Amino acid sequence: MENKDRRAPVSQQPHVVAKPEHPEHIGGSVSIQINEKKVTVPMGTTILEACRENQIHIPTLCHHDDLCIAGVCRLCVVEVEGMRTLQAACAYPITDQIKIKTSTSMVRKARRHILDLMISEHYGECYSCVRNNNCELQSLAEEYGVDSYTFGHVQESQYKIDNSSFSVIRDMDKCVMCKRCVRTCIDLQEVGVLEAVNRGDDTTISTFMDKDLADVVCINCGQCINRCPVGALHANDPSDDIWNAIDDPNKHVVIQTAPSPRAAIGEEFGLEPGHSMTQELNTALKRIGFDRVFDTNFTADLTIIEEGTELIIRLYQALVEKKEVSLPQFTSCSPGWVKYLEHFYPEYIPNLSTAKSPQQMFGSLIKTFYADKAGVDPKDIVSVAVMPCSAKKFECNRPEMDDSGYQDVDFGLTTREMAKMIKEAGIHLPEMPKSHFDNPFGEASGAGLIFGATGGVMEAALRSVVEFVTGNKAEDIFDNANIVPVRGFEGIKYVELPIGDKVGPVPDLIKHLVPNWDWLKGATLKVAVAHGTANAKKIMEDIKAGGKFSECHFIEFMACPGGCLGGGGQPIPTNEEIRMKRAEAIYAEDESLEIRKSHENPHVIQVYNEFLKEGPCSHLSHKLLHTHYTKRGKYIA
Amino acid sequence: MLVVEKNALTEEIEVLVEKFGSDRSSLLKILHEIQKKHRHIPDFAQQEIARLLDIHPVEVFSVISFYAFLNTESKGRNLVRVCQTITCDLLGKEALCNAIEREFGCKFGESTKDNKFHLEYANCLGLCDQGPAMAVNERVYTKLTPEKAVEILNEVK
Repeated sequence: MENKDRRAPVSQQPHVVAKPEHPEHIGGSVSIQINEKKVTVPMGTTILEACRENQIHIPTLCHHDDLCIAGVCRLCVVEVEGMRTLQAACAYPITDQIKIKTSTSMVRKARRHILDLMISEHYGECYSCVRNNNCELQSLAEEYGVDSYTFGHVQESQYKIDNSSFSVIRDMDKCVMCKRCVRTCIDLQEVGVLEAVNRGDDTTISTFMDKDLADVVCINCGQCINRCPVGALHANDPSDDIWNAIDDPNKHVVIQTAPSPRAAIGEEFGLEPGHSMTQELNTALKRIGFDRVFDTNFTADLTIIEEGTELIIRLYQALVEKKEVSLPQFTSCSPGWVKYLEHFYPEYIPNLSTAKSPQQMFGSLIKTFYADKAGVDPKDIVSVAVMPCSAKKFECNRPEMDDSGYQDVDFGLTTREMAKMIKEAGIHLPEMPKSHFDNPFGEASGAGLIFGATGGVMEAALRSVVEFVTGNKAEDIFDNANIVPVRGFEGIKYVELPIGDKVGPVPDLIKHLVPNWDWLKGATLKVAVAHGTANAKKIMEDIKAGGKFSECHFIEFMACPGGCLGGGGQPIPTNEEIRMKRAEAIYAEDESLEIRKSHENPHVIQVYNEFLKEGPCSHLSHKLLHTHYTKRGKYIA
Repeated sequence: MLVVEKNALTEEIEVLVEKFGSDRSSLLKILHEIQKKHRHIPDFAQQEIARLLDIHPVEVFSVISFYAFLNTESKGRNLVRVCQTITCDLLGKEALCNAIEREFGCKFGESTKDNKFHLEYANCLGLCDQGPAMAVNERVYTKLTPEKAVEILNEVK
C-alpha cells in the first residue's frame, strides 16, 4: 500500500521506492532474472510483486494488500545474488539488475525454520480453533511440510483471553506477531487501539496500559479480525445461544439478513466472490429452523425515510426558520463510525442523525409491530441479525436499544458465523432452492440493498430526495437511477447537486412538516461520502477547520473500507479485488429489482399507514426508530 | 488524579512540546523529561503527549514499555540496578543481590517499604572488566562486594 498521507515519517517507510509514472521511458524499468527467467519490471517494484506477476509463488504472512509493508515475518525470503544474507521479497524494491532465486535449499530451510519457530510459540490445537481450514499459518505449515515440532511446542497457555468486548476477542496465545492488526488499527483505520508492547521475547500485541478491549477506544470495526492470519483475533460468537433458542419450542426465532453478507457468504462455500445468495440463504435459514426470515433492506428503506425527513427538517429549520441547527447531518448506520465519533469527536454528536441503524430499527419493529400482527408475545421472540459487521454485536447490546420494552435485537451474527451455522446444519448453501422473504415485510427496494457498498446510503437517499423535491423521476435525472458519482472506492467523494428552479409538490408523507419546496429553489445540495475511519478523520478535521466539508448538508460515513461489504464480519480474506466483486454483485442485484427507491416500497408505506400513523420523525417513530448517543471521549481512565 | 494535578501536568507537557517540537520524533525527549521529574509517566501524561504530538496513546505506551528506563508506575525514590549479564553474574552478582535483599527486606523487582529504594536487574552496563557492577540512579559502582554494596546503599539518602 502506497499512501502519501501516512502519518509515519519517511524513516518508517524504508522499503518503498516511488514507482516511475512512465515505466516505458528510458530508466523507468529494470531487467532482472528470477530463477533463470529474464523479466523487465518498473523501477521500485518489490521482488514479491515481480514474482507474483510472473506466477512465482512466494509465501507471505505479514504482508497484506491493504496494508503498508512491514517485512517482519521473513517468510518471503529469497536469495539475491551478491547479497550476503537472504532478503525479504516483500520489502525489497528492485532498482538494479539483480538475479533472484526463489527456491534454493537455503531459502527453503530458512522458511521452514521460521515456521518451526512460529509454531513453537503458537499455543493450541487446530481443530479447536475458529480459523481451522482458513488459517494462513496452518496452510503454510502444510505447504512446507511441517511434520514435527522441531523447536518444541508450547504446552500451556501463556496469556489470558480478552473476551471483555461484545465484538472482538483477543487470544494472544495464537498470535504470530505479524503486526497486521497493528497496521490495520493505526494506519488503515487510524483508531490506534493495538500496538506491540514490551521488548524482545516479551513482546506482545496489547492495548493502552494493557487494558481490556472493552475499556479502550476500540470501535469494534473488526478490520483487525479480517486481517489476522491466524485465530488470535476473532469475533464473539453467539451461535450456541442461537441454537438453544431454535431448539426451544417456546421461542419464536426471527432473523434479518443484511445485503452484504448475502453478497459474500458464497465465498465461505467455495464460490468465487461476487455471487449474491439472497434467496438461497432464505431457504437455508428456514431449514435451519428460523421461524421467520426478514430482509434488513426493509428497514434500510425506513432509515432513508426517517433520516431523509430528519435532513429536510434540519434544512428547513436552518434555511427558513433561521434556527441554530447542526449541519452537515452525518449518517448513523455504521455502528463502528458511531462509536468512533463518540470517542474522537463527541462535540459533533448533534450532527449525527438520530435515526437508528437498519438493524436496530428492525429490532424494535419486530418486537412491536410484527409481534402484534403475528400475535406473538414479544418476550418469546428471539431476534437475530446477520450482519457483515462485528460492531453490530456491540450495537445490539447498547443499553439504550430497548425501546420495544425488551432488548431490541438479541444477537448479532457475522457472515462467517452464519456460514458456520449453515455448515453445521449440513446444508451446502449454493445448492439450496430459492425462496422469498417472509411477510409482513416482504422484499425491499434496491435502495436498501445498496446500503452495503460505500456511497449506497447516499445514493439511496438521493434517489428519494430528488424525487421528493423536484417531482421528477430519479431515472430522468440520472441514467437508470444509478447515481454514479457517489459510487466507487475512492476514499472521499464529494458531490454537488443543483436543485434548479423547478420544484414539485410536497409528498403526502411529509406534508405536515414542510409547506412547500420554494425555499429550496436554486439551492445546491452538497453531499460527501467517506469509508474507512481514516478518511472519516480527514473529513472531521476539515469540518473542524471550517473547510469545504463543513458546508456540506449530508455526509455518509462507513467505518470499514469499502463500506459494509468490506466489514469486519465478512469472509476472510477480504481485499480490494474481493470488495470490488462484492460491490458488483450488490449493484447488479439492485438493477435487477423492480422497486429501486425507498419511498416506493409498498411495505414501508403500509407501516406508515397502519402503525407509524403520524408519519416519519413523529412521536412514535422517535420512540421506536430513533436513538441517542453517549459522549465517550478518547481519554481512558 | 486531581484536576489541578492534571492541569499542571498538561501545562508541563505543553512547555516540553513547545521546546522539542510537536513532531513525533520528539517523543523520547519528552518522555525522558517527564520520567526525570515524576520518576514515572502517568497514563494521563501519556494521553496528553499523544494528543499534542498527534499520535495514538497506545504508541506512547508501546515506546515506554520498550525501554527499561521508562516506566508507567511510580517506583522507589532511588533506583538500584544491578547488572545481571553473564560476566557480572560470574563475578558474584548473586551474593551481592542476596546481601542487598537481606539488608533492605525486599526482593528484586520491588520497592522497599519506606519507598527509599527500588531494586531491579539491568542488562549489561558495559563494565564487564570491573564487575560486579551496580548503578544507583545515575552513578555507577564497580568491583563490588556484598559488604561494599550495602555500605554504598546505606549512605544514599
